[in-house]
Amino acid sequence: MDPAQSAVPPTIREALRTLSSSEDGGRILSALGSLKRYLSGAESPAPPGEQEEFARRHFSDVLRCLVDRLSPGWLELLPDGQLEDLWASFFLEGPADQAFLVLMESIEGAAGPSFRLTKTAQLLARFLRAGRMAAVMEGQCRQQAGPAFPPLQDALLCKAVGLPDHLGNRLRRENLEAFLPQNYFPLLGEEIVRVLQALVDSLRGGWDCSVSFLSQVLGKACVHGRQKEILGVLVPRLTALTRANCLWQRVCWRLVECVPDRAMEALLTGLVEAASGPEVLSRLLGNLVMKSKKAQFVMTRKILFLQYRYSTPMLQSLLGYLAMDSQRRPLLIQVLKELLETWGSSSAIRHASLPQQHYVSKAVLICLAHLGEAELRDSREDLLASLMAGVKSRLDSSLPAVRRLGMTVAEVASARIHPEGPPLRFQYEEDELSRELLALAAPPPAADSPSEASPAVAPVAAETPDRGSANHGVPQAQPEATGSDLDSDDELVPYDMSGDRELKSGKAPAYVRDCVEALTSSEDWERWEAALRALEGLINRSPAAAREVSVELAKVLLHLEEKTSVVGFEGLRQRALVAVVVTDPAPVAEYLTSQFYALNFSLRQRMDILDVLTLAAQELSRPGRLPKAPHCGSPSPASQPSSTQAPAWRAVVEERIRSKTRRFTQGSARRGPDASPSEFNLAAGYFFFPLIRHFDRPLVTFDLLGEDQLVLGRLVHTLGVLMYLAVNTTVAVAMGKALLEFVWTLRFHGDAYVRRGLLSAVSSVLLSVPAERLLADLPDELLEARPWLADVAEQDPDEDCRVLAVKALLLLEKLKGTLLPLSSP
Amino acid sequence: MSGMAEKDASRWVYQQPWPARKMTAPPPTMAASPLPPPDPQFVLRGTQSAVHALHFFGGARGQERPLLLSGSLSGLVHIWSLQTRRAVATLDGHGGQCVTWLQTLPQGHQLLSQGRDLKLRLWDLAEGRNAVVDSVPLESLGFCRSSVLARGQERWMLAVPGRGSEEVQILEMPSKTSVCTLKPEADAKPGMPMCLELWQADSSPRPLLLAGYEDGSVALWDVSERKVCSRVACHTEPVMGFDFDSQKARGVSGSAEKALAVWSLDEQQALQVCGTHELTNPGIADVKIRPDRKILATAGWDHRVRVFHWRTMKPLAVLSFHSATVHCVAFATDGLLAAGSGDQRISIWSLYPICRDASTPLLGHAEGGEVGAHALA
Repeated sequence: MDPAQSAVPPTIREALRTLSSSEDGGRILSALGSLKRYLSGAESPAPPGEQEEFARRHFSDVLRCLVDRLSPGWLELLPDGQLEDLWASFFLEGPADQAFLVLMESIEGAAGPSFRLTKTAQLLARFLRAGRMAAVMEGQCRQQAGPAFPPLQDALLCKAVGLPDHLGNRLRRENLEAFLPQNYFPLLGEEIVRVLQALVDSLRGGWDCSVSFLSQVLGKACVHGRQKEILGVLVPRLTALTRANCLWQRVCWRLVECVPDRAMEALLTGLVEAASGPEVLSRLLGNLVMKSKKAQFVMTRKILFLQYRYSTPMLQSLLGYLAMDSQRRPLLIQVLKELLETWGSSSAIRHASLPQQHYVSKAVLICLAHLGEAELRDSREDLLASLMAGVKSRLDSSLPAVRRLGMTVAEVASARIHPEGPPLRFQYEEDELSRELLALAAPPPAADSPSEASPAVAPVAAETPDRGSANHGVPQAQPEATGSDLDSDDELVPYDMSGDRELKSGKAPAYVRDCVEALTSSEDWERWEAALRALEGLINRSPAAAREVSVELAKVLLHLEEKTSVVGFEGLRQRALVAVVVTDPAPVAEYLTSQFYALNFSLRQRMDILDVLTLAAQELSRPGRLPKAPHCGSPSPASQPSSTQAPAWRAVVEERIRSKTRRFTQGSARRGPDASPSEFNLAAGYFFFPLIRHFDRPLVTFDLLGEDQLVLGRLVHTLGVLMYLAVNTTVAVAMGKALLEFVWTLRFHGDAYVRRGLLSAVSSVLLSVPAERLLADLPDELLEARPWLADVAEQDPDEDCRVLAVKALLLLEKLKGTLLPLSSP
Repeated sequence: MSGMAEKDASRWVYQQPWPARKMTAPPPTMAASPLPPPDPQFVLRGTQSAVHALHFFGGARGQERPLLLSGSLSGLVHIWSLQTRRAVATLDGHGGQCVTWLQTLPQGHQLLSQGRDLKLRLWDLAEGRNAVVDSVPLESLGFCRSSVLARGQERWMLAVPGRGSEEVQILEMPSKTSVCTLKPEADAKPGMPMCLELWQADSSPRPLLLAGYEDGSVALWDVSERKVCSRVACHTEPVMGFDFDSQKARGVSGSAEKALAVWSLDEQQALQVCGTHELTNPGIADVKIRPDRKILATAGWDHRVRVFHWRTMKPLAVLSFHSATVHCVAFATDGLLAAGSGDQRISIWSLYPICRDASTPLLGHAEGGEVGAHALA
């Protein structure tokens, strides 16, 4: 170092001294001119050896000196901005890396807004516009031959990627367009492509060079979260360039391979997102997953198992990429096994949110679509085992969406994994999601579809002939049909004939007692069915008679089995039971609730009991029900026709008045229903308390806290509904207290359906119990409930639970709002 | 499809000329869905017993509304005015025995009524009279309804079930001379005749007789030659009623079984079954084709009247109003449909109005449609 330093050519030393101290324009000009000789491309250049020496040792000193001298006065030492042009040319034409570093250094070093800062920022913008960033990076790529400067590379890397941040920090509101990330990173992408182009050219020429600096730039930009900007430019260009060029492909693979591990994830997710399909991904990445552990981890685990935000096309291109090469296919099978294992794990089902389960299901189906039969056969046992475990735990779930997901995936996957076996068929209604899943299961189109544009075009082309033929078909068919009609004028439109059923001979019993008898002992199935059909009407018509046999009738109906296939049996039985409960609430509800915890009932029957109680409570608490009741009780047939006609008549008159009346504002023209006491008031206790009493006592056949969690969920929902319907009743406070205690014991239940029920029960307590009483009687419970609700609202895996918890919290807040004005004065 | 819906809409509006007066009229938007099942236009009560025969009388010239004749189980014949919807007269001539058949003659105001008292009475109804002017003794106790062939001449022909259980007797009226007895060949064994229809093709002077038999077959007799031209088995149960469209040479029959049979007559006067139409419930008591041959109606043991498109046999409507077996249906020349039932009521329906002139509706029955007919029942 020392001898080199001492060997500073006197000309340069002289020029530097002049530059740093002189105020004479002429002398500065001549000094700059003498320095300019050392830059490449100048007239009468210095010998190359000296040029190189200058660039390596003295150039940055010169540049620093130039920046230091920069001031309005200094620039005006020569007329016409001569000096400024000359000054700038040093930065734009000299070695790019040093120019870039000095510029960034001076910008970062600026204390505040100043003339110098503005000038340097403008110069930097010119520097970027002139494409000098490519020169910066290219310089680093070619430096393999010479000694490496890791600190210099790191500094360059930091500055190149962090440029928008640095400039933004320094310039604040005076920031230039070119430095905004959305403009800068696409530019950086373009520059990378240019450098790559230059590298490919020099590789063709037999020169050696490295892309690792580019990889670092790319990786760092991705780590900074700028995948979209930089890859949005880079990927389409690389897609086009690698299409038919092996050299380009290899350069591209190398580019991705050299990305440091810590940036691999960011880059790969960005690439998967930006690539338009598995072929493109395969061209850009090559066998990266086989070479880099990190890449393999990201591609086969992180994206699939740990995250679920990616779209279906992304999943398709990722898994399609794995399927495209024979070396990568074992990986795909491995992935499928792990996916199915996750899919089948019951704890994953319980703790993963529904969108994530959908995501995994989609990935499973895409994998299956890509794998051939022979590959699947080898690991059939494992796959089937995990699949069946998953189906079983999904069918056990009390959430319909989970069950349906299980059924859809099971059908499709079992058909693929075990094609010779008997096909699995479930009965489920198709929805958008299941259709999407089924579509994914279809094998992918031939992998050699050449262009990326074709997927967009092909479906349209395939669809149009279809639609065209359908369109042609209809008009053709119609003239034929009408043509056979010689006289088309008498096209008689049929009336609705849905009521045309087979006539059940007049065996319907006329009395409730006869119905009971027919339902219990009749071997005549027509009579049995007629009795069942007539029952609801009979009960409503003669409540007094029904009350005499109400409990017996409820018992008969509860144990009724569908012995013949009667259309709408369930509905008929349920409506009849509801009618019985409504007619005679207390004893029947007592009977039903006692039976809910009795032995020897099926889960179906227990859930029927809950449904019936809910519906009956709803009917009983319906406002406006009561005035009708005495009417039904005392048979007065004479008054009935008039009473049915009068409203019709009144409706017509009112309709006419309304049509003739012009209203300027919407007033409260409609009267609400008449106020009347709720009938549920007297019966609510009979409905509610027996149900809540025994839930924690397991029977031999019935274990609410164990595996019969579906019934528990229904029970909780029913209790919530009963609580809600008990609004304005006197027992509401006691019910609320009991219900909150009940909720508290179950609050960490594993099943989402049960938790939903608990949360809605809390809400209905808050709605039904008067605010003052809540504060007076249940303050501790509320205090306890609050943090639990907040916790659920934040952390529950089930979305509905979170929403319900938020609603309950809002109700609590509202409650606080109503209570505070009361307590504050 | 949209064109279809528009057509529906127009038809619906057309059928209900004054929707504002009909409180039950649904809004026109309902037309997109199938029309709701129709209600009877009105209901006649007061026969005090089951209705077994119906016949429209007059109204052919369109200047006045027709009268409706009904025969009841208690042997009375009621004459109903469709204007006032009241019985204007009651004829008692069958000694309390069921009246099974009613038919008016084209000349004069003469009515034939057949009763289970084995009498066929000829009534004179002209100028408010209601007297029996003649009586024909019958010799068959079956339920077979008779048939007449009268073309406005002085003499007319009457077919009645004969003395022997399988015979049909042809009488010349009003002289009551027996023309012949149509007796099936010995080995045929078709059972009793169940329903009869005399007719004469326009082109030929020879009267023909269609007879439905107990074994479910329909036979065509050439009356003058006293021989069966053709016979075809239409049902496995007795034929309970049929109607024949002489213009299209096609007939339809109903029986105790669960199907309607449509049969046709070719140029060689051979009957052949064109097809059967399955019904929901078994038992058809009567079949009538509307005079304009557009639709037909059946009286069902399942309490319902079914309306079909006659050409295509497409079901058009199921009229469920009665609460007992429907015994008979009848069409007026203006298209009105009447159905008489064991529940002692006669329901009157106006469906698919006949329009001879496309611009003006022929029928104006929509006025004063009785609201709440069900409620009063």
